[in-house]
Amino acid sequence: MKSKALLEKTIHGIFLILGLITVGCVLLITVYLVIAGVPAIREIGLVPFLSGSKWNPTGAEPVYGILPFILTSIYGTAGAIIIGVPVGFFTSVYLSKLAGKKVKAVVESAVSLLAGIPSVVYGLVGMLVLVPGVAKIFHLADGASLFAAIIVLAIMILPSIIKVSITSLDAVPKEYEDASLALGATKIETCFRVSVPAAKSGIATAVVLGVGRAIGEAMAVMMVSGNVPNMPSIFESVRFLTTAVASEMSYADGLQRQALFSIALVLFLFIMLINAVLNYFVKGRKEA
Amino acid sequence: MRRTYGIVMKTLMFFCTALTCALVLFIIAYVFLKGIPNVSWELLTTSPSYLSQKIGILPDILNTLYIVLAAILVVLPLGVGAAIYLTEYAKNKKLVAIIEYAAETLSGIPSIIYGLVGMLIFVQFLSFGTSLAAGALTLAVMNLPTVMRTTQESLKTIPQSYREGAFGLGAGKWRVVHTVVLPGCVDGIITGCILSVGRIMGESAALLFTAGFAHTLNGVIEGLSSSGATLTVALYVYAKEQGEFEVAFAIAAILMILTLIINLLASFVEKYYKKRRSA
Repeated sequence: MKSKALLEKTIHGIFLILGLITVGCVLLITVYLVIAGVPAIREIGLVPFLSGSKWNPTGAEPVYGILPFILTSIYGTAGAIIIGVPVGFFTSVYLSKLAGKKVKAVVESAVSLLAGIPSVVYGLVGMLVLVPGVAKIFHLADGASLFAAIIVLAIMILPSIIKVSITSLDAVPKEYEDASLALGATKIETCFRVSVPAAKSGIATAVVLGVGRAIGEAMAVMMVSGNVPNMPSIFESVRFLTTAVASEMSYADGLQRQALFSIALVLFLFIMLINAVLNYFVKGRKEA
Repeated sequence: MRRTYGIVMKTLMFFCTALTCALVLFIIAYVFLKGIPNVSWELLTTSPSYLSQKIGILPDILNTLYIVLAAILVVLPLGVGAAIYLTEYAKNKKLVAIIEYAAETLSGIPSIIYGLVGMLIFVQFLSFGTSLAAGALTLAVMNLPTVMRTTQESLKTIPQSYREGAFGLGAGKWRVVHTVVLPGCVDGIITGCILSVGRIMGESAALLFTAGFAHTLNGVIEGLSSSGATLTVALYVYAKEQGEFEVAFAIAAILMILTLIINLLASFVEKYYKKRRSA
């Protein structure tokens, strides 16, 4: 009898440890990033590091300012949201409320395919279609620019926006819509004035998820943005926080290498902020 | 006024849906048209050689396979165990909230950060060196939330009465878990695996600094302990650094086919188990 209780206790303990592994991973990642990222910030100084507009770690007098990367990441994400959210929003309203069952199933599986395409494939197609296209349409010498990156990011965040919005639109109680229809509103009016407001926290969640994906994307953006540490401007070659880390990590050493970890730390702080916002929306939804 | 509103909104919806579909179709068609003609038996079954100026992607295919297998082997017990702890064992609500928040945080962290921390921890601190094993462990951590979530979701669909019935017959907690609960959440585990395989195959940023770029042909054991590029990393290197777009598109087409297969498998599993549940 005693051995059975012991067995149960051991197994409970094992599962507890397995459950705590996620927490351990998060702590470990945080601790490692802070340990690796803080020394360079100390050496360079927090203000010059964050607000310096020049990044030239290999010059005779190395300069470490990451403001261009921060602004590029913010502008790039904002641009992707401005283009991607409306398209995703209207698509999901259509699929959830108007489309027939078959159309919905087909388009939904197309959207999940879009979600499954590896980011390097987006990068490759972007490199060979989008970049020359942008150069031609806007008469630029080189199409690898913030604009091209924004388009690629907008496409890449579409699936998460559509999926999450559809889920929340589908969950709107049918009584709401029936009541609105019975009062004489048309189908379309009901969609946008009843269903969408009722699903708004879910749609907000979708947007925040999109922000998180856009700001964290590295490879696709690296292949279409030109990767020059300029201050961001729509048709200039730019470098994001993510690509700053990815492009120099393989050969950097000393302070430059440490500064790359600091960039990762800044990116991580952005993501934690987005997560906190996300958590706020999700919680609000559960309580509502 | 009301009519114009209706028409405008409707047009916008049609336009956006059509745009989304067109994008998907365009990407698939473009990659296939450019890639399929370059996929040859020789490309698939040889290693690259500088001497004869040939490019083969067999090592990359094998590396991808090794990394998928290794990562799944690690993430499966961890993710399923964590999910079982959360739904079956945990009593402390605060602890559950903390673990779930941690899982959410993990799923939000960008892959490039996983790559960096994986490099710091596995490659340097645990001195694995730049190797497939380090890459696989990094990806295992990255996919932990996915496996956890799908397992948890299917655990929630197991009727409470099953558990109570088993307890009523005098079974202990562990017995209930491994005879009633585990078999019931197989679909969640399989879905989690399929989704993770998809993510692992498509991942590149997290592997750049953990698994590296080498194209040497290796067996499993050697492979895991040495550096190697997966298909996605190879695509990146061929396209961005060597300008070999033909090979890059061939790899892209292969990745696309694999993505298609994985999506079909996932929806098949979902449908199959839904049917079995309702039957």
